[in-house]
Amino acid sequence: MSQPLLTLKNIQKTYNGIAVLQGFDLEIKQGEFLTLLGPSGCGKTTVLRLIGGFEQSDAGEMLMDGVRINNLPPHERTVNTVFQSYALFPHMDVFENVAFGLRMKKMPDAQIQSAVKEALEMVQLGVHARKRPAQLSGGQQQRVAIARAVVNKPHILLLDESLSALDYKLRKQMQIELKTLQRRLGITFLFVTHDQEEALSMSDRIVVMNAGRIEQIGTPKEIYEEPRTLFVANFIGEANTFTCKLIEQREGEVLLGYGGRSFCVKTSKTPSARATLLIRPEDLRVERRLEDVKSPNYFEAVLEQVIYKGTTIDLLLRLDEGREIMASEFYNEDSDALLYQEGERLYLYWVDGWEVLLNEAE
Amino acid sequence: MRLSRFARFSIALLFFWIVLFAFLPQIMVLIASLFSKGATSFIVFEPTVSNYTRLFDPIYLQIFVDSLVLAGVTTLLCLLIAFPFAAILARSPKAWRALLLVLVIIPFWTSSLVRTYALIALLKTKGLINAALLSLGLIEAPLELMYTQSAVFIGMVYTLLPFMILPLYAALEKIDPRLIEAASDLGAGFWSRLTRITIPLSLSGIIAGCMLVFLPALGMFYIPDLLGGAKNLIIGSFIRNQFLTFRDWPFGAAASMLLTFMMLMLVALYAYRERKAGA
Repeated sequence: MSQPLLTLKNIQKTYNGIAVLQGFDLEIKQGEFLTLLGPSGCGKTTVLRLIGGFEQSDAGEMLMDGVRINNLPPHERTVNTVFQSYALFPHMDVFENVAFGLRMKKMPDAQIQSAVKEALEMVQLGVHARKRPAQLSGGQQQRVAIARAVVNKPHILLLDESLSALDYKLRKQMQIELKTLQRRLGITFLFVTHDQEEALSMSDRIVVMNAGRIEQIGTPKEIYEEPRTLFVANFIGEANTFTCKLIEQREGEVLLGYGGRSFCVKTSKTPSARATLLIRPEDLRVERRLEDVKSPNYFEAVLEQVIYKGTTIDLLLRLDEGREIMASEFYNEDSDALLYQEGERLYLYWVDGWEVLLNEAE
Repeated sequence: MRLSRFARFSIALLFFWIVLFAFLPQIMVLIASLFSKGATSFIVFEPTVSNYTRLFDPIYLQIFVDSLVLAGVTTLLCLLIAFPFAAILARSPKAWRALLLVLVIIPFWTSSLVRTYALIALLKTKGLINAALLSLGLIEAPLELMYTQSAVFIGMVYTLLPFMILPLYAALEKIDPRLIEAASDLGAGFWSRLTRITIPLSLSGIIAGCMLVFLPALGMFYIPDLLGGAKNLIIGSFIRNQFLTFRDWPFGAAASMLLTFMMLMLVALYAYRERKAGA
């Protein structure tokens, strides 16, 4: 495997006695789209600011291509940031905003002209070159901010919640544009967001963070389908979780007890005495009759509410012991889901192997 | 927009105040400048423009040039001292800012004339500064500070500095610190950030501060008189002398009108620039 582009080793950062990052390790590979995902206050923006050079870590090492960059000021680093608020210079027009980094590098004027023009064409803002940032819409300002950073050909482009100020539709569109841009330019993107959907749809790898620590690093598919901790499972997508007691461990499978029922689950790991069974709402199958249930592992529940969402239909159900679970069905014309009556007793099961089993301590 | 009774009352009060104590006296000065000096009375009602033509005598023009240079250098010194001060003030922790601002404003509680006399106590041959430097062994003979050009600048800058700091602070405080970070991120070092981001974005504060220092500096006659020993005449002293010493009211009024006119041009220039920047 080739050397990582940027390596963070055991980074510590404390603000006013509160540890924001503790023992943070991360390797960023050349050309990947890496996303830091986590709730607000988890330290993801701090990681970005440390890499940008706006903050200094209390301990730990930061290596770019094997060279220590801890003490380099921001203007000497080969990374550029797209700020959450865009931070466009209000007294300069779009062209001068984008040209700023190149002027700082003392690039000859003719080259600046063509490089800026190219960057503005890339984000489809060529016609707005002579406008001030205040005359542009939010989405256009966003594009200027991206062009202003990308034109410098940084080793890593840092994006701090860069899409969160845009409305839903524009955000979707910019997600696709960013991803396309990243593929075309081959620049490494480090993206920070609290929006799990955004993270899943854009990233090559996702780093899920919680309270200054990394919970899990993996591809979107790994993070979603094989969450390693309860936090990751709950943060990414919806999850029904059941804390079960271990009844018996057999060869390659375990017998778990939950609310008077028992489930047999295939697993290669040695479970703890209590383990959490995790099932995504869309992995639950709903049947009216017990004979249609195609698994020995099933729940019986009363339908409480049907929520129509267009592409999916969410069913809120209550188990006999009182807790609520959710099942989602993809909507199609002949779906039974819409015909279910609230108050009806239904059977829920899942396909073997689609569940996730988490040990207690994880 | 409907104004409350209190607002209308306040505006009316201010309006009459300005008309009564600023506008009408100004009109009276204008009228006085257009008549002649009498042998027994201050003004004889014989219309003339000779008061204005006399001002263009090289002797008097020199006074105007000296005044402009004094005010200009004072403004520049104030700007150089106030800018770093205001920049640090604007970026200091919120809890500190209020205290530091109070320290800037406290001198206003004492009359500037009194403070000028206090400066004499500091600057004179056996004053505090010389005493301190002598006892520290830094100098062997007392420095000649009083009645020099330096003393005049020290006095002018000391008196007018707050008028520069406050508008600069107001402008610098409004600059989004993320813009400075963005510039830094794009490769701008300290000087580039200062000249390309901070100064352009605080230009309105710089201009306002320069006007607030430059205009009063033109008329502040007591500082050069007290600290500079009245060796050089400036417009302020010249106008005062015409009224109080030579009893030539029309000539003093004409000089005063010229000063007012110069100030008005500067304000108009500023207003024009602001309107252009706003559009």
